[in-house]
Amino acid sequence: MAQEQYEKYYVPEQSIWPIIGAVALFLIAVGAGNFVIETTRDKSGYGFYILMAGFALLLVMLVGWFRNQIEESMRGLYSAQLSRSYRQGMAWFIFSEVMFFAAFFGALFYARTISIPWLGGASNNASTNDVLWNGFQATWPLLTTPADAITTGEASTQAMPWTGLPLYNTALLLASSVTLHYAHVGLEQVKRKQLMWLLGATIVLGSIFVVLQVQEYIHAYVDLGLKLDSGVYGNTFFLLTGFHGMHVTLGTIILIVLFFRCWKGHFTPKEHFAFQAGSWYWHFVDVVWVMLFFFVYIL
Amino acid sequence: MSTETVNEAHDSDDGHDAHHEHHIPKGLLRWLFTTNHKDIGTLYLWFAFIMFLIGGAMAMVIRAELFQPGLQIVDPHFFNQMTTVHGLIMVFGAVMPAFTGLANWLVPMMIGAPDMALPRMNNWSFWILPFAFLILLSSLFMDGGGPAFGWTFYAPLSTQYSGDSTALFVFSVHIMGISSIMGAINVVVTILNMRAPGMTYMKMPLFVWTWLITAFLLIAVMPVLAGAVTMVLTDKFFGTSFFDAAGGGDPVMFQHIFWFFGHPEVYIMILPAFGIISAIVPTFSRKKLFGYASMVYATASIALLSFIVWAHHMFTTGMPVAAEMFFMFATMLISVPTGVKVFNWVATMWRGSLTFEVPMMFAIAFIVLFTIGGLSGLMLAITPADFQYHDTYFVVAHFHYVLVTGAVFSIMAAVYYWLPKWTGKMFDITLGKWHFWCSLISVNLLFFPMHFVGLAGMPRRIPDYALQFADINKWVSIGGFAFGLSQLIFLVLIIKACRKIGEPVSDQVWEGAEGLEWEIPSPAPYHTFETPPFIK
Repeated sequence: MAQEQYEKYYVPEQSIWPIIGAVALFLIAVGAGNFVIETTRDKSGYGFYILMAGFALLLVMLVGWFRNQIEESMRGLYSAQLSRSYRQGMAWFIFSEVMFFAAFFGALFYARTISIPWLGGASNNASTNDVLWNGFQATWPLLTTPADAITTGEASTQAMPWTGLPLYNTALLLASSVTLHYAHVGLEQVKRKQLMWLLGATIVLGSIFVVLQVQEYIHAYVDLGLKLDSGVYGNTFFLLTGFHGMHVTLGTIILIVLFFRCWKGHFTPKEHFAFQAGSWYWHFVDVVWVMLFFFVYIL
Repeated sequence: MSTETVNEAHDSDDGHDAHHEHHIPKGLLRWLFTTNHKDIGTLYLWFAFIMFLIGGAMAMVIRAELFQPGLQIVDPHFFNQMTTVHGLIMVFGAVMPAFTGLANWLVPMMIGAPDMALPRMNNWSFWILPFAFLILLSSLFMDGGGPAFGWTFYAPLSTQYSGDSTALFVFSVHIMGISSIMGAINVVVTILNMRAPGMTYMKMPLFVWTWLITAFLLIAVMPVLAGAVTMVLTDKFFGTSFFDAAGGGDPVMFQHIFWFFGHPEVYIMILPAFGIISAIVPTFSRKKLFGYASMVYATASIALLSFIVWAHHMFTTGMPVAAEMFFMFATMLISVPTGVKVFNWVATMWRGSLTFEVPMMFAIAFIVLFTIGGLSGLMLAITPADFQYHDTYFVVAHFHYVLVTGAVFSIMAAVYYWLPKWTGKMFDITLGKWHFWCSLISVNLLFFPMHFVGLAGMPRRIPDYALQFADINKWVSIGGFAFGLSQLIFLVLIIKACRKIGEPVSDQVWEGAEGLEWEIPSPAPYHTFETPPFIK
């Protein structure tokens, strides 16, 4: 009974792309490792070139792999069950991304609620403060680090206010989630104009976000003296917003690819896993930003 | 003599399955490009075994140095690299890939699926692993040597006192993590989405259940490890101070983040073992598993508890007393679901008609020896007692009982149990028994006396020791060399099995075996269940 309606689950024949992807990741890891050593230790070497070769090969692999998949999908090889596999796979991937950001949020919370108060003498650490970091006061944002406190005694950086650029960026990203949602609705209701215009608008909003984020970094470095190595405030600020910015950039690239696929009419109101996945990813990146805006900028 | 049930050869190969066989590609490219879950399972298992031998060779270096007090064979810095890389290889290169290999081979066959849910990604998650370990191993030959800060890479050892090769260590761990996450996503999606009609959750074999929960743990904690190594990288090379008090950070924070990954990680390495033992014990007891549902709930409880016990690795590092109490009691709570499991295995054997084939011997050894490891874990969970045991050989004894006689023995049990299904031939039983008895005796000579020197205060990770520990360390080293050599018996046995030397086996292979994988021909055809079976 159930067997009679069973749509065959498509298991691809051998594929050349994964092994190419494995070589690409190998080059990226070797290149990145050597590049880090060479730039920070003033050595010469080929790290940067190996890294770039890895990215280039990864790009080749992604194009080839996705082209295969798009062809298979257009040929109607994909059953509803396979489509579910992709959706679930994407959902679990996003969960893993959530946990990646959780590590950095965890570091932020730990620094704010435990390590900085303790260095300031809270809990039973009065002598830590007295003997090791005399004069250090626990504050957040941490502008005067313990090292500053016992050397110059002055703040080495200024805080990034949440008003201005960060607030505009929040508005931009929230708006982009809305436009993307209604673009999706347009796809489902076969309203092509709505789909294309709103998807295009989302890409524009995402790109403006990235540009503003770069400006904010320049502002931080030049005007505020807030740098990656400005103590744990600068560390968490730049790693959290930096990884987020990388995700927005990647998300924007995904949306651009989706735009061209919509242009070519790859998606049907019912079957559009790639669009769905890109959209989930974008909303996830948006949620991370809202968390960032609260915990990194406002509070 | 042999008690194995070797039924007559089943000549189903030339029946309805024959038309699949000519699809099998040949040569090296088959393995590079494969999308087949059985091929990828084989690759994972071979890779794990090779890594087991390499990591084992490093353990031999450690035991040779510790054979006598004093510094004689290697210099201390190299010794530190050996302990570090031995740990990393055994955890990420041997045990985890071996379980992933077993999942690849078995999960689709057990739930009636045509393959893993995402076959191409499956290939990718395997093939990045050898590259990751190539990077890690080659970093040993760099200026200043490879990682020497212990597999736990505590800050500031890894951030301030490490060599520049730390950058390569970080990126190779990133690749291992990517591999694990992709592998785990594949397993979860396969189990949730690919079960044959009628294969409800509570009909799934326990190996499938335990892997489902393991995969969830992997997806939850491997990204946290990625975060930890990233912070180590920026602390070491880019002037951040996550783990440096001078900038407002804290080296203890490293330990919190690391063990938030690390404690679920130890369950990642033991839950699939529970699934394996729960498959083998009923077969050779010729009884249904006692308490199937309680096994499922116990596994889930262990997994959930694993998220709230991490700081029991840090009792001596410094924490408020209330936190020490919380982590002590939460840790001891884990013994309840674990006890349920051990009880259920014993109850399964109770009044069964037991036979002692090689997989069953490993399974029984697992139950006894894993329990020893569990009990010493309970001792370590007691905060005030841990102040004495911390960083001594007692800890080394504890986790090697859990990981070697636990995880590794279960993997060997699994290989002996399912190998005839994979090759279609019974393995060399005499060699298997030799392997078992040599391993069993040597492994206990190796790890049991470590409890004593540990309780007496011998610190771990140090290439030298006080004279009063000399006799016991000599015996421990002898046990270590014997255990290492015993694995060569296994290597010979596996090579013979892969060359298909041996008696043909029936589809069921073992008299009491139940489950979908025993209903398909032996050897398992290249493609199975292309249309799903219906499970009643």
